[in-house]
Amino acid sequence: MSRHTLSVLVENKPGVLTRVAGLFARRAFNIHSLAVGPTEHEEISRITVVVDVEALPLEQVTKQLNKLINVIKIVELEPESSVQRELLLVKVRADSATRSHVLEVVELFRAHVVDVVPEAVTIEATGSPAKLDALLAALEPYGIREIVQSGTVAIGRGSRSITDRALERVARSA
Amino acid sequence: MAQDQQTAPAANRPQATAPPTPGPARVTPADVARSAVTHGETMTGAQAIVRSLEAVGTTVVFGIPGGAILPTYDPLMDSTRLRHILMRHEQGAGHAAEGYAYTTGDVGVCMATSGPGATNLVTALADANMDSVPVVAITGQVGAPLIGTDAFQEADIVGITLPVTKHNFLVTDAQDIPRTIAQAFHIARTGRPGPVLVDIAKSAQQGSMTFSWPQQVELPGYHPVTKPHAKQVREAARLLATARRPVLYVGGGAVRAGAAAELRRLVDESGAAVVTTLMARGVLPDDHPQHLGMPGMHGTVPAVAALQKADLVVALGTRFDDRVTGKISSFAPHATVVHADIDPAEIGKNRRADVPIVGDLKEVIADLLPELAREHAQHGKPDLAAWWRQIDDWRETFPLGYSPTEDGHMAPQLVIQRLGEIAGPEAVYVAGVGQHQMWAAQFIRYQRPGQWINSGGLGTMGFAVPAALGAKVGDPDRVVWAIDGDGCFQMTNQELATCTINDIPIKVAIINNSSLGMVRQWQTLFYEARYSNTDLHTGHGTARVPDFVKLAEAYGCVGLRCEKEDEVDDTIRRAMEIDDQPVVVDFTVSRDAMVWPMVPAGVSNDEIQYARGISPAWDREE
Repeated sequence: MSRHTLSVLVENKPGVLTRVAGLFARRAFNIHSLAVGPTEHEEISRITVVVDVEALPLEQVTKQLNKLINVIKIVELEPESSVQRELLLVKVRADSATRSHVLEVVELFRAHVVDVVPEAVTIEATGSPAKLDALLAALEPYGIREIVQSGTVAIGRGSRSITDRALERVARSA
Repeated sequence: MAQDQQTAPAANRPQATAPPTPGPARVTPADVARSAVTHGETMTGAQAIVRSLEAVGTTVVFGIPGGAILPTYDPLMDSTRLRHILMRHEQGAGHAAEGYAYTTGDVGVCMATSGPGATNLVTALADANMDSVPVVAITGQVGAPLIGTDAFQEADIVGITLPVTKHNFLVTDAQDIPRTIAQAFHIARTGRPGPVLVDIAKSAQQGSMTFSWPQQVELPGYHPVTKPHAKQVREAARLLATARRPVLYVGGGAVRAGAAAELRRLVDESGAAVVTTLMARGVLPDDHPQHLGMPGMHGTVPAVAALQKADLVVALGTRFDDRVTGKISSFAPHATVVHADIDPAEIGKNRRADVPIVGDLKEVIADLLPELAREHAQHGKPDLAAWWRQIDDWRETFPLGYSPTEDGHMAPQLVIQRLGEIAGPEAVYVAGVGQHQMWAAQFIRYQRPGQWINSGGLGTMGFAVPAALGAKVGDPDRVVWAIDGDGCFQMTNQELATCTINDIPIKVAIINNSSLGMVRQWQTLFYEARYSNTDLHTGHGTARVPDFVKLAEAYGCVGLRCEKEDEVDDTIRRAMEIDDQPVVVDFTVSRDAMVWPMVPAGVSNDEIQYARGISPAWDREE
C-alpha cells in the first residue's frame, strides 16, 4: 500500500463531487483525504484526492475517474516534484502559566495564533502532513481541545500548469 | 441515420446491429432538417423535449405517463414522428428500449414519471450499463422548488442511477433541454455505448424557452479514443503471426462496433481458434470451422480448453468477466494477452494485458489486417496444424450434447434446439436469465450478429418478453422469439398486453420446468438437493398457477401447450404460422435437466465438468 496524490480537474457543476466520491466507494478504493476548490477558471474545479492504493489499482482508479463525463483531467503529483499542504486549526489549553510555552511552539513551527481567551489559544498552521503531525505532538502536553484539518492541496513545482490544456478544452466547448 | 434505417426494408440493411457511424459529435444538417424546427421559436420545455427527440432522430418511445411527466405527454400526442408505446411497467419500458437498440443499432428511448416510475427503470438501466446498450431514459421530476422536500413521488433518481448509468443529468431550466438531450444521445451512442438518464423537473417542462438545437455537442471531459495506436497494432500482428496456439476471445464489443465483417477476415487470415462470449454469439457464424463456441462457466469444452492451453489470447471487445475466466489467477495461464477495447478502463482491470489497444474494434481489426498480412508475407503463415489436431480431438471427444430425461418429460435442450432449427438464423432469439438462457446460447446455431439478444452482465430475470417486444418494434419484419423460463416470464409477462394492443406479434417459448431452474441446479449440485424455495408449481402435474395458456389467452395472445417431444416440431410450426397475434407456447419440460458443461463458481477453468462428475483428463493431450 502506498499513498498517492491525484489532482482531478472537473467541470464546476452540481453533483460532480458526489460522482467522484461515489466512484471511490463503489470500486472499494480508500480515500485518505479530499479537498475541493475553485481554480483560475470559473468553469473548472480542482479536487485533490489522496488515496492509499497499490500501483495497479491506482491505474484502475485513474481510468475509472477518466470515464466520468465531468472529469476533464487527472494528474498524479509526486511528493518530490510538488508542494503539498494541509491547513490545521487547533485549540490548545493555555493559561497564564503555560501560554508562553505554547507560543514558543507556535513560533517554532511558524504557525499563527488566531484567537486568544484566558484559558486557551487557537492556532492556525499550514504545512505538509508530517509538519502538522509534529506540531500536534509538540502541543499535546498542554492539552489539545479541538482539531479541524483540511484535506491536502497540492501543486506541481516549476512553471508548467496542468490546467492549460484543460482550459483549451473548456474554451472550445463554451 | 436512424430514421433511414427505420424505413429501409430489412433486407437492405447492411447489418442490423451496426451502430451509427462513430466519429465527431456534429449534429448533421439532416438532424436539424428532420426536426422541422425554426430556431428561435418560443415553446414550452415539454414541447422542447418532443422537438429534441425528433431532432436527434428518435422514432419510438417506450413509456408510461404520470404526474411529473404529464406536461411532456401532451405535445407527445401531437408528434407525427414519435410513436409512443404505452407499456405496463417501467422496467418493461427500459428493456424494450434495450431490445429496440439491439435490432436497430440506434439509441433506445424510454420515458417515465418521477419517483416510482423512475425507480422502476433502474433495473433496466443497470442492465443496459452492464451490457453496454445505448439507451436514453427521460424521467419527469417534481417541480424545481419542490426538489429536496420529500414531495409526492419525489425520488433522487440522478443519485440513484449514478452508479448504473454511463452518465445522467438533472434539468431544472427549460432552456437547457435541447442541449442536454443532444449530449445524452451523444454519450449513449458513442465510445462504449451505455444508458444515459435525463431527469427533467416538471417546472422546466412547463417553463417557456427559446428553442435552439446545438450544432455541435461538446463535452470537455468526454473524448472516446477510436483510433488505435499503430505501434500496438503492429505488435499484436507480430504476436498473432508467431503464436503456435492462438485464440481470438471475442466479446460483445465486436457486436456493438459492427465489426463482424472485419472479424471474419481476421479469423480467416490468422487461422486462429475463435471463441465467442455470451454477448458475442453470432458475431462469427457458428458453422465457421475455426469457431469453438462459447467459453466460460457453461462454455464448450473445446472453447474453455483452448483458452487454458493457448499461448496467445487476443481479446477483442471483451472484459474478462468472472463467468468467462473462472478463477482469474489460473485463467489462460500460458497466454500472452493482447486486449483491444474502446474502454481503456477494461484493459488490465481483471487480467494484465501484454499488448493493450484502445480503440473502436472495427478500426482496430481493420488496422490489424494489413499488418498481419505483411507479417505473413514476410515470414509465412505459422504452422498451426498441431494446435488444430489438439482442438479437433477435444471437439470429437467433448461435443455439446445432452442426455435424455428420466422422468418422462421433455428435454429442454431438444425444444430449444428444434426451435432454432425451425425458426432459423433469420429469426431473433431473446432470452431471459437462467438455464433456458444457457441452453439457448448453446443449442441454437447463431449465424449473424443481432440474432441473439440476452441479459448477460446483470443477469436480469424478466428481460426476455419486453426486450423481444422492443426488438420486434425495431425490426418488424423479423420473427422474434422470446425464449423464457417460467420464473422469468412471471416477472414481466404483463407486457403481453402491450404486444397485443400495439400489434407487436412476438412469440414466446416458455421453457417450463416448474421451478427456478438454475437455482435448483445449484441446489442439486452444491446444497445436497435441498430445494429451498425454487418450486413454482407451473408445470405438468402441478396446480399450474398460473396456467400459461389461459394467461396468454387472457392477454389476447394465442396460447399453445406442448408436453411431448414428438409434438415439438408441429407446435413450433403452428406458432410460426401465426403472424397477426402474439403467441405463447408453454413447453413443459423436465425439471431435472441441467446445464453442462459447467465450471463451478470460483474454481479454475481446468476443472470444467463435461457432465456431472466427468472432467476431461488434460494430461492425455499434453
